[in-house]
Amino acid sequence: MLSTRRCELNMSNTLLSVKNLKTYFETDDGTVKAVDGVSFELEKGETLGIVGESGSGKSVTNLSIIRLVPDPPGKIVGGEIQFTGQNLLQLSEEEVRKIRGRRISMIFQDPMTSLNPFMKISRQLMEMTQLHLGHTRAQAYEHAVKMLETVGIPDARSRVDDYPHEFSGGMRQRVMIAMALSCEPELLIADEPTTALDVTIQAQILELIRKLKQKTGTSVILITHDLGVVAGMTDHVVVMYAGKVFEQARTAELFAVPGNPYTKGLLRSVPDPTSEQGKLYQIPGLPPDVAHLKPGCPFAPRCERATSICREEFPPFVEVSKDHYSLCHFGDDVYRESQAEAARKATA
Amino acid sequence: MKEDPPEIRNTTNGESDLIHTPPEFAVAEGDIHVLPEDEFVAGTSLWKDAWRRLLKNKLAVFGLIVVTLTAIISLIGPPLIKSATGYTYDYIPSDVMLIKSIPPFKSAAGSFSWSHPMGTDNSGRDLLARVLLGGRISLMVGIISTFVSLIIGVSYGAIAGYLGGRIDNWMMRIVDVLYSLPYVILVIVLLAVFRSSTAVGQLILLFVALGSVSWLTMARIVRGQVLSLKNQEFVLAARATGVSTGRIIFRHVVPNTLGPVIVYATLTIPQVMLTEAFLSFLGFGVQPPLASWGSLAAEGIQNIGIFPWQLIFPGVTMALTLFSLNFLGDGLRDALDPQMRT
Repeated sequence: MLSTRRCELNMSNTLLSVKNLKTYFETDDGTVKAVDGVSFELEKGETLGIVGESGSGKSVTNLSIIRLVPDPPGKIVGGEIQFTGQNLLQLSEEEVRKIRGRRISMIFQDPMTSLNPFMKISRQLMEMTQLHLGHTRAQAYEHAVKMLETVGIPDARSRVDDYPHEFSGGMRQRVMIAMALSCEPELLIADEPTTALDVTIQAQILELIRKLKQKTGTSVILITHDLGVVAGMTDHVVVMYAGKVFEQARTAELFAVPGNPYTKGLLRSVPDPTSEQGKLYQIPGLPPDVAHLKPGCPFAPRCERATSICREEFPPFVEVSKDHYSLCHFGDDVYRESQAEAARKATA
Repeated sequence: MKEDPPEIRNTTNGESDLIHTPPEFAVAEGDIHVLPEDEFVAGTSLWKDAWRRLLKNKLAVFGLIVVTLTAIISLIGPPLIKSATGYTYDYIPSDVMLIKSIPPFKSAAGSFSWSHPMGTDNSGRDLLARVLLGGRISLMVGIISTFVSLIIGVSYGAIAGYLGGRIDNWMMRIVDVLYSLPYVILVIVLLAVFRSSTAVGQLILLFVALGSVSWLTMARIVRGQVLSLKNQEFVLAARATGVSTGRIIFRHVVPNTLGPVIVYATLTIPQVMLTEAFLSFLGFGVQPPLASWGSLAAEGIQNIGIFPWQLIFPGVTMALTLFSLNFLGDGLRDALDPQMRT
């Protein structure tokens, strides 16, 4: 549905376009529709944020992009992932492997476990460039030192032959970033890159990602559940819930005038130290069990404005304003309310 | 650290105590070592750590010393004996008088002599030279067969564990079937069917036969390790950087199984040596004039009443070595136990 509306866009500037992606997991408890009809696009040099609660399908979406969904039980059952004109879902394993790390790389959540404890940092960094860029050992070694310097590891030349346990969490995440960027990929997927780090290090790592992105022109997909991170880092935001895209807009617009009750709930539950008093808002209820979804809107049981139609009919994906989509029966109404609220805030 | 509510705060915990310390009891500034963010106390590596723990274990150190000494003496002993007394393991004196076995430290005439510290066997061959040769062969059988089982077992287990699913299922059912065969009989059948005409050929056959039945447990151990390792994030990270499956298995996953593999391998060596001794005792293993501790014991037991040294020397040497290897293996297990790692 999204693709038809966006087809007039200049295709040459689109780096990645995910269309109606469906990734299901076959479990004893039934089919878990972890990702169900997700579509979005990413332009060259842009940063896209994917936000959602735990289990909303953020990570599975991105594992699907580089075809690393654990199979079995997971399977990509439908959709299209166009990456610079190639459908990644139709490539052979061999061809996908040439793209992984070379053109699309990934940073994972926990830097403590995502480096091999038995391999020197240098070996892990060299493996990438020897594999993808055909570097000799000497070239790869120099490149590894250079990459460590780029990500701000002091005294890189003497640290490069250390083992991961000799690095702190923040430094390991820097090493992961160095590894991910060492082949200058076109797309960097950062799956909650700062969740396992403490707050000061979080800020440093995000700053580093932003700086390197500007320098290399890499596009970034940033998966997070931290709305503050999204606000500061991204150009576009996709809000996911129960494996579906609930809202999609430019970042500034989404934060100013959300067009979906779920997004509004998320934004309300961010503490605002300047004005908020008393109890922090919290969306009532729990995320649904995606193995047993009822026919209506998946958010209906937790939604303040849900009516009978929400419980019976799956909501439409409406364009509430230009480039701003919302999966809601009352998307336009919510959008207008948000506009009114924003206007009130501006005058106050 | 998890913050407990103040009323149930553990008062023995130094960190929590510090919060309640009145200012006058505050720790003097010089006592606190502030580490700069990017500098660390020189970390001890995993292996250094394990080595240190091993050295603390007296039995393991004893085992290590005995095994090393046995290996060195068996290696350099025979040429030394040859230059000192002229005897080798297969030298049979032409003297007809020497048909009977000579006791330790005695000459053929019965007076004290250094020429045979362990006596001789029935044919008059120097027993010390034969025990040392037996040591060479027994250790070689132990090490080479364990090496064979290591190569087969680790690759097999790692591939089965990493690939998982149906392949894993089939591969491990094959292991189960082989497990259920009585392996000593299997080795005897292998040795009997392919019986080689030369002593060296028989020895090689022994390596292959022992190695090919002792990899099963290794495969299971490695598979178990790999099953838990393959879901770790560094494997996913390696896949996400486009590393091929074979490379992930052998470069990323297998090195992480090294601890348990080393422990099991050190415990396999004495086990294989014992099996070899048993086979040689039955006459299936090493053939004369070559000797292993098992075949020497088999010869010795025939004359246990009259020439006890023929059994005692190879028997004690073998027991001591096997003991030591087992102590060493146990020590290594304690030293490399992941639960004890800090």
